[in-house]
Order: sequence, then C-alpha cells, then structure tokens
Amino acid sequence: MKPYLLADFGSTFTKLTAVDLESADIIGTAKAITTVETNIIEGYRTALQRLEEVVGGRLPYEKILACSSAAGGLKMAAIGLVEELTTEAAKRVCLGAGAKVELVLSHHITKSEVQEILDKKIDIILLAGGANGGNRDCVVHNAMMLARSSITAPIVFAGNKDATDEISEILSASHKTYFLCENVMPRINVLNTESAKNTIKEIFVKNIIEAKGIKKVESMVDQVVFPTPHAVLMAAELLSRGYDDETGLGDLMVADVGGATTDVYSMADGLPSQVNAILSGLEEPYAKHTVEGDIGMRYSALGALQTMTHAERHHYDKQHIDIALECEMRAKQIDFIASSGHDYLVDNIIAAKCVDAATSRHVGTLKGVYTPMGMMYHQTGKDLTQVTHFIGTGGVVISSNDPRMVLRSGTHDENKPFELRPFNPDFLLDKDYIMSAMGLLSLDYPEIALKIMKKRIVKI
Amino acid sequence: MESIVIGVIGADVHAVGNRIIEYTLTQAGYNVVNVGVLSSQEDFIHAAIETDAKLILVSSLYGHGELDCQGMREKCIESGLENVLLYVGGNIVVGKQDFNEVEQRFKAMGFDRVYPPGTTIEQVLDTIAQDLRSKA
Repeated sequence: MKPYLLADFGSTFTKLTAVDLESADIIGTAKAITTVETNIIEGYRTALQRLEEVVGGRLPYEKILACSSAAGGLKMAAIGLVEELTTEAAKRVCLGAGAKVELVLSHHITKSEVQEILDKKIDIILLAGGANGGNRDCVVHNAMMLARSSITAPIVFAGNKDATDEISEILSASHKTYFLCENVMPRINVLNTESAKNTIKEIFVKNIIEAKGIKKVESMVDQVVFPTPHAVLMAAELLSRGYDDETGLGDLMVADVGGATTDVYSMADGLPSQVNAILSGLEEPYAKHTVEGDIGMRYSALGALQTMTHAERHHYDKQHIDIALECEMRAKQIDFIASSGHDYLVDNIIAAKCVDAATSRHVGTLKGVYTPMGMMYHQTGKDLTQVTHFIGTGGVVISSNDPRMVLRSGTHDENKPFELRPFNPDFLLDKDYIMSAMGLLSLDYPEIALKIMKKRIVKI
Repeated sequence: MESIVIGVIGADVHAVGNRIIEYTLTQAGYNVVNVGVLSSQEDFIHAAIETDAKLILVSSLYGHGELDCQGMREKCIESGLENVLLYVGGNIVVGKQDFNEVEQRFKAMGFDRVYPPGTTIEQVLDTIAQDLRSKA
C-alpha cells in the first residue's frame, strides 16, 4: 500500500480522504468540525483520529495536501472598466481561481466604494480595466484611489499593459502589496485568465492562509495549496477531459450545494448548438465556475427562500410545509442535520431551489432578434444543452434521500426556454464527497485521481 | 497605434464586407477592433471605451440603418465618448432616396461622415487619416 492523504478545510467541516496509490482507490474518509477560530489543528487532529479508526491506525502517508475554504473562503473584489467587458473578465478570473467575488466595481471607483472594500474585509483585489493599448485613465485613477486608502489587501494588477509602469509607481510609492500580471482582456472579448489566476493562487498560498490562521496546520500537513473551489474545478476538468489513455466523461456540470454558498461548474466549450444562434459578448472559459454567495442550505437559506415565487410557497403550504419558517430555522441553526422524513423533504426542496437558481445564473441565455433572414438568436454565455453528465456534491445533496430530484432542477425547464440548461444528462453523485480531494491528488497523480473519480462518482 | 471600432449594426448579418473593412484598415496600420455582425450600439461603445478608440465605423447593409443608428451619439456622450468620430456606410436606408437628404439626416443624428452605397473602404482611408490627425 502507498497511502496519500488529502485534507479539505471547509467552513463547517474539516474533511479527510486517505487514498491508496497502488490500488487507485479510497481507503477511508473522516470529518470533524473546523476549528479555525481557536486553532485549526484541533479539528484536524480530531478528524485524523477518526480516520485512523476507519483505516486501522496511523499510515505512512507519502504526502499530505490540503485545500481550504475556511474562515470565509477567499474573498475578492473585481474592478474593471465596462461592466460587460473588463469587469466581467476580472470577475471570471477570480471565480476561476476559486474565490468568492464579494464586490464588483466598474468605471472610476469612488471613496465610498473603496470603503466597501475595507468593510467587506476583502482578501485580494483584482484591478483590471482597458484592453491593451486602450483606455488607461480609468485604471490609473482606480489605482490612485486604492493607493490613497488604508487598504492593506494585496492588489493584483491585470489591466491595460500600457499602464503597468505607472500603476507600479503609484502602488509602490504608497507601500501597497501588489503584483503585476497580463491583462485579463488583452483584446475586446478575448479572455486571458491564466496569468492573473496563477498569481491569485500564489498569493493565497503565501499570504492569505497565514492571515486567516490556516497556515498553522502546515506543521502537520505538507502544504495548503489552493482554495477548495479551485480543487473541485481541477477535479471536474480532469474528469471531463480525461488523462492520457484514461478517457474522461466529456461535457459535464457539477452542482455543489453548501451551507453558505452554491457553486456550479461546467466543463464544455458551450458553443451554439443551433444554427441560428450567434455568440455575443466576452469569450467563455472551457472550465467555468460560478459561486452564489446568497443561496445555500443553512447560513444562506433565507437567500434560497427569496428565490421562491409566491406560487411556489403556496404550493408547499398546501403540502403543510411552511417553507419560510423552515428556512429561518436553518439559517439560525447552521449545524442542523436532517433526521425525520419531513426534514429530508424540506432539505430536498431547498437544495433543488439552490441548484435551480445557481444554474440559471451559470448557463448561457438566448435572446431573439427578428432579422430579414428570419428569427436569429444572440447567445450570451455557454450553451450547456448538450452536457451529458450532471454531478451532485455537497453534504446535503450527498445525504439526500432523493438526489435525483435535487439535480433534476438544474436541467432543462420548459418555463425557462431561453436558458441553455442541460437537456437530458445522466445524473451522478459524488457519494464519498471526494471531488476536492481528487483535485488535490491530481497535482501529483492525475491518472489515479481520474480512475478513483470514475469508480466513486456513481450514476443515480 | 490608433484603434478603430468596426462592426455591423442591428439585426444585420452581412459579414463579408465587414471582413474586407477589417483587412483593409489593418493593412493601413490601424488596430482594428471588430465587434462583428448583429452588434448593438452598446457593443460598439463599450469596445471604444475599453480600447480608447477615436473612431467608430458603423456598417449597415439591410436598410434599417436609420432606425439602428438613432440615439447612438447621445449614448456616446453619456459614455464619455463625446469626441469620438462616428462614420456610417453601406445601404443605410430603404429604397432609392436622394443621398444628400440621407446624409443630412444622419449628420443631424450626430454622425461625422456618411457614405453612400458603393463606397469602398479604400476611398475613405485618406479621410480617416485626416480626421484622426485633427483629433490628436
């Protein structure tokens, strides 16, 4: 046996997954409450003890890698010029790096917007604006505004390259921590994520986990390598594309329903599947991640409630479910675990609503235009109608008594004809909750991670 | 390098002429920002803001240009592009109308240059260079 250990420090739970590299399978998993407020090591130790009970003692792990979304995850502000262009590009870069975008600012930022960055305790600021050779006034103004403020968060500059020297002078003169990257949108509608994304990941490893008290755990694990959503993104991309001879599943989507957020991932080019649709807007990444910070199962249950229409609430009323009351209870009691049939039913309803709303915000849309050549459609975003696999993960979905019903709410809906949702996918469940762990494992052993996912993520 | 935003406005999908314009302007040494066919006024304006373009060249081939171009100058002013040059050309109105009148109508809408059917992009290169110089 060649054991390898993966740890995921979640906002609520610290989850451990032990893998045997030789047999390419999971040896055991365990979890304990995350203790980042006191000392993150305590929760880790408890989880490790539980894991030892499962696997029968201490194993000589080749390596221990970790990802984290503890202490609020990675909170970012995305700043750009035009909403639909550099601002959107900046936002996508943050999401691609596994961050939560808490603040989106465009054009010339104001004092009150700078104050918002401080109030929201933003971890990293991504400053973009202007295509290369294009507008520089705006991004220079925004850099000045940040320079004059008391902001200490690292600033990643990824705007018009012509402004780089000036920005560098402004930020270094005011002793800000800053990093210079390639433009997130070098040309109109062209997305360039890698450079800024990699810088964000580096800052996360070097600065953020230290500031959040997560780094302490590195006395016990080898390294905390990235934010959890990024690990899931890597796993999903690997599972979709495959590795060498080991084939992938092709186009797929993942819905990860958590207590505070609902994340959706899509792995597909998302080009138009119908001939009368024309792509418009910013280029889309093959591996796309969106996170909805306002909808979730516990902490954000009230946000999920808000997405329900009056008719939907009335419908549940008739089934003797006071959905408003149930959501309020869950929002107050964030460690609530379903025990009765009624609890499960309500959790299913809320989870389905989370998947539904988060999918609506993730998928591309069509807008009809009448032309002399007949009806044509503008497609904005990704066409995910042809996606063949829809995977569910996250505690509530995994423990649900009807995960199919939950996931079905993310597929084609006759009432939403202009949303490009998957038409008829197979439903799969990450039953052992291993996706983030497999994303981590894929750094060293992509083929083994892929084999394990193909074995352990099962059709339902 | 000066940036010029080009594209085909409205519900118009004539793609070929637009490619010729892109090719010719690129050869002439401009940074051409092509927003493509089926483009809204906002698509042109947003691209001009991000690229700091001093000239927006609107094409329309299907006769609805007059409707599609209305309010574009006002939107430019709102977007901080009060000094941007606006050109329009193609089959910009329906039927055979007196072009002088058509030109007047488009100039009243805030377009700086208005070109009749059959004008090639090569014929306009000198005017573009001159207009951009006067803006510099």
